[in-house]
Amino acid sequence: MPMRYMRLIPLFFAAFAPNVWPADTHERQLANGLRVIVKEDRRAPTAVHMVWYRVGSMDETNGTTGVAHLLEHMMFKGTPDVGAGEFSRRVAAAGGRDNAFTSRDYTAYFQQVPKQQLPEMMRLEADRMRHLTLDVKEYAQEIKVVMEERRLRTDDQPQALLFEQLGAVAFQSHPYRVPIIGWMNDLENMTVDDARAWYERWYTPNNAYVVVVGDVDHRQVFQLAEQYYGTLPTHALPVRKPQEEPAQRGIRRVTVQAPADLPVLIMAYKVPVIRDVEHDSDPYALTMLAAVLAGHDAARFTRHLVRQQLLAVDAEASYDSTSRGPGLFYLHGSPSDGRTRAELETGLRAEIADVQQKGIADDELARAKTQVVAGQIYKLDSMFAQAMEIGQLESVGISHAQNRRIIEKLQAVSAEQVQAVARKYFRDEQLTVAELDPQALPKTPRPATALRH
Amino acid sequence: MPMNLFKLLIWSCLTLLVTGAHAGPKIERWQTSSGARVLFVENHALPILDVQIDFAAGAVNEPTGKSGVAGLTRGLLDLGVPGMDETQIASRLADLGARLSGGVETDRASVALRTLSMPDKRAPALDLLRAILGAPRFPQGAFDREKARTVAALKESLTRPDTIASKAFWEAIYPAHPYGRQASPESVAALERADVVAFHAANYTAQRASVVIVGDLTRAQAETVAEDLTGELPAGTPVADIVAAALPAGGEQRIPHPAAQAHLVMGLPALRRGDADFFPLLVGNYTLGGGGFVSRLMKEVRDKRGLAYSVSSYFLPLAYVGPFQIGMQTKKAQANDALKLTREVLSVFLEQGPSDAELLAAKQNLIGSFPLRLDSNRKIVDNVALIGFYKLPLDYLDNYQANIEKVTVADIKTAFARHVRPENLVTVVVAGE
Repeated sequence: MPMRYMRLIPLFFAAFAPNVWPADTHERQLANGLRVIVKEDRRAPTAVHMVWYRVGSMDETNGTTGVAHLLEHMMFKGTPDVGAGEFSRRVAAAGGRDNAFTSRDYTAYFQQVPKQQLPEMMRLEADRMRHLTLDVKEYAQEIKVVMEERRLRTDDQPQALLFEQLGAVAFQSHPYRVPIIGWMNDLENMTVDDARAWYERWYTPNNAYVVVVGDVDHRQVFQLAEQYYGTLPTHALPVRKPQEEPAQRGIRRVTVQAPADLPVLIMAYKVPVIRDVEHDSDPYALTMLAAVLAGHDAARFTRHLVRQQLLAVDAEASYDSTSRGPGLFYLHGSPSDGRTRAELETGLRAEIADVQQKGIADDELARAKTQVVAGQIYKLDSMFAQAMEIGQLESVGISHAQNRRIIEKLQAVSAEQVQAVARKYFRDEQLTVAELDPQALPKTPRPATALRH
Repeated sequence: MPMNLFKLLIWSCLTLLVTGAHAGPKIERWQTSSGARVLFVENHALPILDVQIDFAAGAVNEPTGKSGVAGLTRGLLDLGVPGMDETQIASRLADLGARLSGGVETDRASVALRTLSMPDKRAPALDLLRAILGAPRFPQGAFDREKARTVAALKESLTRPDTIASKAFWEAIYPAHPYGRQASPESVAALERADVVAFHAANYTAQRASVVIVGDLTRAQAETVAEDLTGELPAGTPVADIVAAALPAGGEQRIPHPAAQAHLVMGLPALRRGDADFFPLLVGNYTLGGGGFVSRLMKEVRDKRGLAYSVSSYFLPLAYVGPFQIGMQTKKAQANDALKLTREVLSVFLEQGPSDAELLAAKQNLIGSFPLRLDSNRKIVDNVALIGFYKLPLDYLDNYQANIEKVTVADIKTAFARHVRPENLVTVVVAGE
């Protein structure tokens, strides 16, 4: 049984904060392929337990979009040993909190519990990893709940609709074009058999990993994992097709009309993400570019566009350097009253052009790097955040142990590299622009203050 | 291995006994020479220092006709101090790796600093915080701009069905109380810089301040920090008496909206912070709609019928009687069915209270999860700030589990009968036409 033991003595932490460094993590792989990653944090008598499956909406196919998220809902609907709703009831009785989340890249389940309840959580998660009932009556109710969730979080949210449309236009082949929650018509035509096929294909120990952070002894956690998860059978995983997005050959634009007051503009440029922690360099420079543009209140977008030019009520930049699929670098904002989306687009383009032509100052870059290190230290205050960091890196195929190298690489980015990525990737043929065109609400007489009794 | 309910209960009871009661963090209390109250929790596990100052400078403290001035004042605090403009302040914070946060609630305005605790980081960050608290300049340019941004955000939010419902609900349950006055684009547009200056002078004072310090400092260092931070604050006057909210006449209000889902809100003014009925209401509401996936509302509305993604009920204890509120969203065509069902669930609960098994389940969760309420500095700050601002007993957290354990079904029924009277329930439905 392979076991890796990692000791982190990160120099950047030593230099910056001599009395703190991240705790060791411990990792072991069970014979059935399940990996277990433990980080001891003894500050409080609690633990967070997460099970991550390497399957998300990007693994779906046409006609059954949303099935990854639907299955996440069904995971609370019972096994032969633990009836429908019983999972959450037992977590609650243990003094715990539980939930789950589905992304494009992964599906994850978690419980936060008093530490002595960890064995019970492992028993429950192991049970539903292989023994889900998927009852047709429970399914019939739950699919309605998911459709309500879509209405709540997407259909009635103009900005969510805008992001959905942006994804659908920026990507034509890659499954990132599909919303995580699924298209409504696919939800309407989903069946319990679709959910079962998904579960049987992807929910297996060799497609999962367990992350535990808290007041635990890693040796005991490994023992418990062996006891509860170690006996689960495994099967070969289907081949995942790459579905690479063909090169974009010109600017794309999409407009969404929805009830709202504030216009929104999003500009999304296709950019790379980290595939090889050691040899890549552009994703680190792009991360620093996002921080220089919009990492804090004195960063360029707020300083120039919101405060000096009064062009925008908000202007942000965001970029996630880790994902299984292709990356996008977003510039987004809302124009001030009396200014147009077109003027804001011109303003955002001018900010990029400025970096392309003149580069960035050393103190801007130093400030962005300070934010990265401080953020890592503040993260140590939250067990949940530490577990999320481990889980998210692993979900894209990067060992969590490489987080240290990622931060070192970020620290090593030069001003010239930031200017170079601004020149290389911020070109119109790589750009998709999405605009929210707000539609006034129908005028209705304001109800009288008196209530109907 | 299946476990029957009886075994589960026995097992869980044993677990509770084994777990034992947890004390809260050790809280030290004193007052600064300027009259500000200070609570301090010493914790050297991480090189982090959190300082939060809460002022009785919330929406409830706004003068009549000045709705929105509390939020605007808080937003402008860190946009100019003597010798530094907004860019210099934000750059300095970023250079130090420090983070400033906070905002305005109904009863209070908060300013929170998180900084690394090394002296070369902590000292300049605290110097900046002192200036932000005691000597904000409120530059006219920043005032004009932030006012325009606030108006834009308000206009946008008032197109959203959830905001429309919430605003109408608060106006309806507090028809003659400051809690019912909501900022509007018009009220904010009418504000002048002088309103902000006056609001700051009257409310950001030592007597109205509650300081919470958590993290990597000694008691002696914390005393110096508290003195320095509040040294420039005027003593000020205590909060003028604000009367408790009266109960509204019950009723129903419907507001049309093009959304796909109806937003339902139902409730009334119900609970004052520090009320002796807090624990029976907390425990009872766990069963009704506070217990997430295991509450009655969730079971009936979501699990059995698939009517909603989220449905819940909660008490928001406030200084002058905060609301009890049930909220949910459902497809427009189902709005009336969902409303009827919600009323039935509430009515049965008011009549019968929780079953013995439900009471046990509520206690197991609320008592068992207590350590989760305090397992980070950030959570300790939040809890201790509530104790400090609302003047709760210093042993509030120490006795939290015992106070829950004591609650009986009869306590819950009595407390609900006192605080949730059906004849005063107000219902607002947006997009349920």
